[in-house]
Amino acid sequence: MTAQVSRRSLLLQAAGLGVSVSFLGGSAFAAADGPMARRKMVVVICRGGMDGLTVSPPIGDPDYAALRGAVAVTPDQALKLDGTFGLHPALESVHALALKGQARVAPAIASPDRARSHFEAQDVLETGAAQVYGVSTGWLNRTLEVLGPSKVEGLSVGATAPLILRGKVQAASWSPGKGVDETGRLPTLLQDLYKADPLMGPAFARGLETEVMAQAATTALAPTPVSAPMSPGAAPQVMAPPAMAPNAQAIAGQRQGREAARKLGATLAGFMVQEGGPRIAAVSLDGWDTHAGQVGQLNTRLSYLDAVLDGLNTGLGDAWRDTVVVAATEFGRTARANGTGGTDHGTGSTALVLGGGLKPGGIIGDWPTLKQEALFENRDVRPTLDMRGLFKGVLADHMGVDRAALETKVFPNSADAKAVTGLV
Amino acid sequence: MSLPSNDMMAAIAATRFGLGARPGEIDAARGDPRGFLAAQIRPEGADQPRGGEGSAQRLAQVSDYQMQKRDAKMAGDPKSPPVRDLQKDLRAQAGDDFLARARLGAATDAAFRERWALFWANHFTVSSTSLAVAAVAGPFEQEAIRPHVFGRFEDLLVASSTHPAMLLYLDQAQSLGPDSRAAQYQRKTGKTAGGLNENLAREILELHTVGVDAGYGQADVTEFARAMTGFSVGRPRDPSPHQFLFRDNAHEPGARTVMGRRYPQDGQAQALAVMRDLAASPHTARHVATKLAAHFVSDVPPPALVARLEKTYLDSNGRLDDMARALVAAPEAWDPAPVKFKTPYEFAISTWRAVDAQPSGIDKLAPVLTGLGQKPFSPPSPKGWADEAQVWCAPDALIKRLRFSEGFAAVVADRLDPNLLAQTALGARLTPPVAKAVARAETRREAVALLLMSPEFQRR
Repeated sequence: MTAQVSRRSLLLQAAGLGVSVSFLGGSAFAAADGPMARRKMVVVICRGGMDGLTVSPPIGDPDYAALRGAVAVTPDQALKLDGTFGLHPALESVHALALKGQARVAPAIASPDRARSHFEAQDVLETGAAQVYGVSTGWLNRTLEVLGPSKVEGLSVGATAPLILRGKVQAASWSPGKGVDETGRLPTLLQDLYKADPLMGPAFARGLETEVMAQAATTALAPTPVSAPMSPGAAPQVMAPPAMAPNAQAIAGQRQGREAARKLGATLAGFMVQEGGPRIAAVSLDGWDTHAGQVGQLNTRLSYLDAVLDGLNTGLGDAWRDTVVVAATEFGRTARANGTGGTDHGTGSTALVLGGGLKPGGIIGDWPTLKQEALFENRDVRPTLDMRGLFKGVLADHMGVDRAALETKVFPNSADAKAVTGLV
Repeated sequence: MSLPSNDMMAAIAATRFGLGARPGEIDAARGDPRGFLAAQIRPEGADQPRGGEGSAQRLAQVSDYQMQKRDAKMAGDPKSPPVRDLQKDLRAQAGDDFLARARLGAATDAAFRERWALFWANHFTVSSTSLAVAAVAGPFEQEAIRPHVFGRFEDLLVASSTHPAMLLYLDQAQSLGPDSRAAQYQRKTGKTAGGLNENLAREILELHTVGVDAGYGQADVTEFARAMTGFSVGRPRDPSPHQFLFRDNAHEPGARTVMGRRYPQDGQAQALAVMRDLAASPHTARHVATKLAAHFVSDVPPPALVARLEKTYLDSNGRLDDMARALVAAPEAWDPAPVKFKTPYEFAISTWRAVDAQPSGIDKLAPVLTGLGQKPFSPPSPKGWADEAQVWCAPDALIKRLRFSEGFAAVVADRLDPNLLAQTALGARLTPPVAKAVARAETRREAVALLLMSPEFQRR
């Protein structure tokens, strides 16, 4: 019991850090036959415009250091990938996977949107549409529509429902907190009252089902090492955003935040490895809009991203070889540092692709370089790869999504975005 | 479009336009539901949750804390008790601000006025991304938003865009014109030169005024950001410490062109002229009208209503009291079907209102709201809190609302008549299935929890 309580409280901290998880895919889907039935996919959305030039700094690009000045990652800090690229030093686990050929970077990728608006760009990233306001459902949801038999049910974790998962396929959701006994009188009476409510009825039913799965996911996890013992009293303080913590506490806070993020990744894995558990999931990580004070903020955010991915990798165990994870953002940031120790909204950024079944290879897509004439609108990393092409490649090769359905249903009007094949 | 009965309109006035009915509120609105709402519109703006320190005083405390922290660090004791206490004190004050607002929401007789203020506070969002912004999020609402919510949109826009909370939240305070005197001096003396930060300029265009589809481009954003350079917050030794300060030497010299118009003005008048034109733009009228209709009527707002609100905006030169009256007059707003789903804050406040009580401590309120995805004073982005049912009516959120309702019922139910509560909280919106479920419940607690979790109470 104690173990469960502390797991839950750790997870509660993850919610306070702006990390949430959503997933889709239920028993009917998982019951499909063949090796494809074991395949899993996780999309990590880094909200706010993640700076690709910090995630995978092109330290070997002759223009990088001058453009970036004080916000550049230096060659001795970077974790080396090849002659041009490194990874930010906070991405230790990702780097370890990259050395095994299980993580690759796409350093000049973008959605088709060019407005540099967070909200428009996130909508385009999540709906998979060619432009904003085209579609009101998420492409992960439409993927399940295409893949699954009619009874496929979905699941999302987090207090609110992200657009990428909204759509026809019903999504449930779960976030850490005290549970509800689904067999009690109140839930039964309420289900009756919700019969006529098209939104509350299905949502409540999914919520109750998920409680059962949550019990299993939070108690039957593979043991994960906890570096610092947590007293229950410490939890409310950690709930505050790290930016609010004073410096001395910030380091301790970041360590605890990292542990909470790792636990969240491991819990998601705990859901996914269950019999009949979800095969498709989305994770949101907020806080990437670094107009000022970028170096410290990205150090923290990237350590959380690394921790979520590490938790997923360890938690999935053998299932890691059947999993592909893509971490992407709505847009990158300006190639030049701005006047306030940060960067403004840009275009091309980095996506991370991870998984036990990846084929080894270098960067995904071409590197346009940072020469002045190569910059997009003399300002941003020029995108050489359409985000939809990456997603299409993973869905086709890894998840076995029918190509025609991919073009017409999941990513309509995406003929210009050629699927990136051969990743797995 | 015909209107429903006065009984139904009274229930709608209290639950959809207001923050949920307090006992007796629906009765008070019954005689003239529209007049009941119109009487809440007043030139002096919304109510103020609390007196106490303004933002300048709070920022002085933040600055004091930062200096003491630096000293303590140099002395090798960064966790010294006085430093910790200062920080704790600042957090506690931010908590008190939020609690005061929640208590006002739970107790006010003019809940339409309060919802109207909350709408504008969310339109001009600030979020606690740093200790400084957390410390002034409450004062921001009191100083920049609440006094202006029934005045001109332009005044609200200027008040928000010159308030320290907004200038700090969206990084405007440090933005420096690349050819300003300050930047030239920095270059001459070999210091790292500061520069432009376009964050606030972009969000004013996209979120506060014309909206993302108004046809502006990156060049407009950059030009507006240049016009806004100099909008800053006074440091301790400046003439207006911890208040809005226009730094002439940080302002980018020269004329600017934003959305096809040229602005030759000098100094701070330049950005203010841009804001005046933005406020008067038909795009802004459309943007504001759509958002208001979506908040008060439906996630998919009726086009005819949007068009009327838009016209009101343009005809009145952006008068928000006229907009409020137009909304009350709109037949679309009185459709009995409750399609809006309460946000966590609205849900929590309406439970306290239903039983004629107020939250007693921030420790009772903050964990609930955080668990439901609406952490106090911490919207996830400058766009503010979402307004759509799809976002808030997630499976997990319903389970958490049930947990909260059970806990709430356990505290209040034993001294209540649940059947009467159902009547006073929902009036004519109470449906037979819910009335029956409440009447047949095994215990008072079960009855109250059922009522709070009923679709009629969760929606508005």
